[in-house]
Amino acid sequence: MPATGRLTQRKLAPWLFLAPGLIMFMVYVIIPIFQSMWISFYDWDGLGEARWIGTANYVELVDDDAFYTALKNNVIWLVLYMLAVPAGLLIAIFLNQTITGMRLYKSLFFFPFVISQVVVGLMFSWFYAPNFGLFYSLIEWLTGSGVAILADDRYVTYGIIAAGLWPQIAYVMILYLTGLNNVAPDQVEAARLDGAKGWRMLWYVILPQLRPATFIAVVVTLLGALRSFDLVSIMTAGGPFGSSRVLSYYMFEQALSEYGYRMGYGAAIAVVLFAIMMIFISGFIWKMWRDETER
Amino acid sequence: MVHLARGALALTAALLMTTAASAQQRVLTFTTDNNDPAPKAAWEQLVADFEAENPDVDVQMNIMDREAYKTAIRNFLTTDPPDVANWYPANRMAPFVSAGLFLDISDVYAENDLTTKLASTLPIVTQDGKQWMVPYTYYQWGMYFNRTVYDQVGATIPATWEEFLANCEKFKAAGIDCLTTGSSQLWPIAGIFDYLNLRTNGYEFHKALTNGEVAWTDDRVRATFAEWAKVLPYTTANHAAIDWQDAVPLIVQGKAANYVMGNFAVAAFKEGGMTDETLGFLPFPTINADVPRAEEAPTDAVFIPAGAKNVDDAKKFMAYVARADVQTKLNAALGQLPVNADATVGEDPFLKAGFEMLSTTPGGIAQFFDRDAPAEMAKVGMEGFQEFMVRPENLDAILDRLEKSRARIYQ
Repeated sequence: MPATGRLTQRKLAPWLFLAPGLIMFMVYVIIPIFQSMWISFYDWDGLGEARWIGTANYVELVDDDAFYTALKNNVIWLVLYMLAVPAGLLIAIFLNQTITGMRLYKSLFFFPFVISQVVVGLMFSWFYAPNFGLFYSLIEWLTGSGVAILADDRYVTYGIIAAGLWPQIAYVMILYLTGLNNVAPDQVEAARLDGAKGWRMLWYVILPQLRPATFIAVVVTLLGALRSFDLVSIMTAGGPFGSSRVLSYYMFEQALSEYGYRMGYGAAIAVVLFAIMMIFISGFIWKMWRDETER
Repeated sequence: MVHLARGALALTAALLMTTAASAQQRVLTFTTDNNDPAPKAAWEQLVADFEAENPDVDVQMNIMDREAYKTAIRNFLTTDPPDVANWYPANRMAPFVSAGLFLDISDVYAENDLTTKLASTLPIVTQDGKQWMVPYTYYQWGMYFNRTVYDQVGATIPATWEEFLANCEKFKAAGIDCLTTGSSQLWPIAGIFDYLNLRTNGYEFHKALTNGEVAWTDDRVRATFAEWAKVLPYTTANHAAIDWQDAVPLIVQGKAANYVMGNFAVAAFKEGGMTDETLGFLPFPTINADVPRAEEAPTDAVFIPAGAKNVDDAKKFMAYVARADVQTKLNAALGQLPVNADATVGEDPFLKAGFEMLSTTPGGIAQFFDRDAPAEMAKVGMEGFQEFMVRPENLDAILDRLEKSRARIYQ
């Protein structure tokens, strides 16, 4: 009897320890995902009775120009946000030296990641502001006529991405700086004896050792690009006329903003965004799983 | 032991006192978005006066940020409703009334004879034959202008749209924006559209359009946009990057001449240093002389949420806010117009001009685009207006999109 008791205990214990985390994860992540999918089949203003309309929300989405604008902007975000990875690496390598006051320089470069995204957004809004913004004045001085980035549907998304890149580069830089600390000095020494330097040293010796850092940097940057919401909300609120909207902001606008009384439609957008994220997330999970089982 | 007993006694006494206090004073919670300095002070005064008249009621006012309030209201009405709150009548209250979140206050109207005293706004607070809100203020919209720059370029105060556009030529030559606005929050340009539409097609058309009875691709809508196109070259170029407060300095500093705005902007102009001598107000110029003049005057109101705990005192508060003397005092402090027919209008020249203009309006008084039209239509509509202002060449695509939205929203 004691033997079986110990066995059930051994079987049960891990689950008991996991239970709080699992329950939280179920309540706050898994169940809401399915609830969102469920709501996306309804016409619901968030207050009154919900009405089942089947796939009508998705049918409308396919024919919605605003949805395609948001989708296109998400793709631009994904592509351009990736610049944070090489830029962060460059700064990290540049900062990975031993000179006096290096800690101060490092913290200065890291500064944008510490301040809130809202503050970043406000600072860049002023930077771009017509008539008195630094960037506006610079363009005016160079070309004779200023461009109000945030009021121009052609440039607005790029302007917001530039603001987003600033803290993101700092984040990637920190990831690479810790990675560079772990680069084996003996390998560098050996490579140097073999005559490697400059680009070849970086490409064949340093970068392979930075692979874990690169992986994390790519993951956080990709997800950061897809989650981009706060900057859009602070800097333009999706405008002018919706040209800087991304999917997450469009979902918020439809379901939760001042004029948003369409929970079902917002949920449908969320489901599409989730599907896009799933492509990347499952890719990452598959890679991590493969790496772990190979070892 | 003695100490302990004395302590226990003191505690019991304290508990008794608090219960005694709460038995004497009933709490009335009031959530509001009047967070600008002047309206905030005006409401604090009103609450103090109400408490003085009803010593047994303790009003707890909870002031929220104006923009955040617009989304927060749905949360607090469904989860933890106050006893009194403020909101906008007409189409903005409709979804809440339909969802059963407002309390029917028809009895307050009947007992206090409000159906006659607040007759002018009765249609916009009535839904399903019952009254849901008590309006306390309204204010005119129109054209605010800088008299100094008018003198500087030798422009005369325009009565017609042609005269206005002729002035614009003069302002342009002097490097001054003839018309300014800030469209990043979208609603200011809805005022421009409404006025152009009211002057081109009249009030009945405005009503039909916001009720979804007219196609957006209709030629009359195109006529409105054609008038708008005439003034676009003279409009502040980067309006989409700024909000309405950012455009105020342009008027104050004489970089722009005219601003289509609500009367609440007068406080901002004067804060910037303008006076009754340099700031001017004129009704929006006439476009089509055959159309009876109609104006825009949004109304603000208070209501009782369906989940209110202290309904009796909340109804007392409703009746109080509706009273003529209370509305006179409140609106004198707000710098706006009282709704109660027996109330008196303040001495401010802009208020008098507004009251004069509104009380002689033959055509009808519109609320505002985003209050007359359902929320979803208002949103896509105002976005379309902004796109038109930046890319007038997209007009056909914009109108097609609005028409598609109309077909879905009003079904």
